[in-house]
Amino acid sequence: MIGDVWAYLTAAGSWQGSNGFAVRIFEHLQYVAGALLVAFLIAFPLGLLIGHTNKGVTVAVNAVNASRSLPSLGLLTLVVLVSGLGRAPVLVALTVLAIPPILNATYAGVRGVDKGAVNAARGMGMTELQVLWQVELPVALPLVWSGIRSATLQTVATATIAAYVALGGLGRYVIDGFAVREFDEMLAGAALVSLLAIVLDLVLALATRVSVSPGLREPRKQRRTSPLKRLAPGNQSTATAAG
Amino acid sequence: MDWGWIVDNRDLILELLIEHIWLSAIPVVIGLAVALVLGVLAHTYRWAYPPLLVVVGVLYTIPSLALFIVLPVVLGTQILNPLNILIALTIYSGALLVRTVVDGLDAVPPAVRKAAEGLGYKRLTRIVTVELPIAIPVIVAGLRVVTVANISMVSVGALIGIGGLGELFTSGFQIRFVTEIIVGLVLSLLLAVTADLLLVFLQRKTTPWDRLGATA
Repeated sequence: MIGDVWAYLTAAGSWQGSNGFAVRIFEHLQYVAGALLVAFLIAFPLGLLIGHTNKGVTVAVNAVNASRSLPSLGLLTLVVLVSGLGRAPVLVALTVLAIPPILNATYAGVRGVDKGAVNAARGMGMTELQVLWQVELPVALPLVWSGIRSATLQTVATATIAAYVALGGLGRYVIDGFAVREFDEMLAGAALVSLLAIVLDLVLALATRVSVSPGLREPRKQRRTSPLKRLAPGNQSTATAAG
Repeated sequence: MDWGWIVDNRDLILELLIEHIWLSAIPVVIGLAVALVLGVLAHTYRWAYPPLLVVVGVLYTIPSLALFIVLPVVLGTQILNPLNILIALTIYSGALLVRTVVDGLDAVPPAVRKAAEGLGYKRLTRIVTVELPIAIPVIVAGLRVVTVANISMVSVGALIGIGGLGELFTSGFQIRFVTEIIVGLVLSLLLAVTADLLLVFLQRKTTPWDRLGATA
């Protein structure tokens, strides 16, 4: 069985054409990139604002909690039934699911910045925007990245499920394969999408390493907040990945 | 909304709701048991923790639908066997809870540990009877996250035939019937809220000494 899948995965023919792996991976990445970009453009500024001003925290926490218990398949089928088949409704659903992890991580990150550092920056005459951009954001950056990572995993997983209601993406193999009980095809799709998720996660881990200031790379233990705080509903950014 | 449909199909809806409950609850229980054992081991033998974290991280990265499909091959089960969903969700639950258990144990104040040692507790007895109870609020916080995530993930199983309330999504979609999907969504959200409240209540009962515990 595994040999069959391997043969299917490595056959040159499987990679070509409109139902080939190359096209499907590209479609999958398009969904992921599109949803993440829009989600980031909404969630990141909003998260900075909430974190910096400390206003609207309750709204943010509730939004995150609600989205965590929202079944992605239910959201997808509903959106597509109401607004019609096509890529746009799916992108909307994916974006909705990608916003909370980024929003949550950004505001939690900014909020968690040492007040001493913020006040020192103000004392030096920095404007609020400078405080946010030069002090709070760099310190919050690791958490912002972790939010982007969980949003990415969530989107990759949900884009797979989206093949049920829409066109394209690696989920095609899983859904179409299941319809005709073609297990090699299903397994190949599952393997590729898992690999895609792992590779994207590694790339983002690398991006975190490169972009976070070396001054923040203390031994992990010292930087840890209490585990209870990290797991509190408003703060959890690693949890909802699998979708 | 077609209220008549809900009344006519209440038996089916109830049946799916019950299926949904056990599909999401059993993995939490088994996942917790596995995580407690692995967590205590990783807490005791520190060198084992970093590699464990890597394994757990990779497992958590695999999209649920993919795991549902790969498991039958690994386990030799039929694709329509509910065991695949149960085991997949157990893996996710355990993967998240291991971290929580270790975090919880690490957060036990050193003075408490010393006091227990001073009273003559051996290591394992100390961990089980002193440290784990103190770690309950942290572990419950993790349980809440896992439970809610499971409840929403069970639905995905509907794509391969077993998905509790998720089956309302697939069948509603196929016959283009919005009511059915909304019923599934609402019940799923209600189930998540109820389970969450239940865990908060359980935590209060199990940690009477920790009056602030419920604020987590």
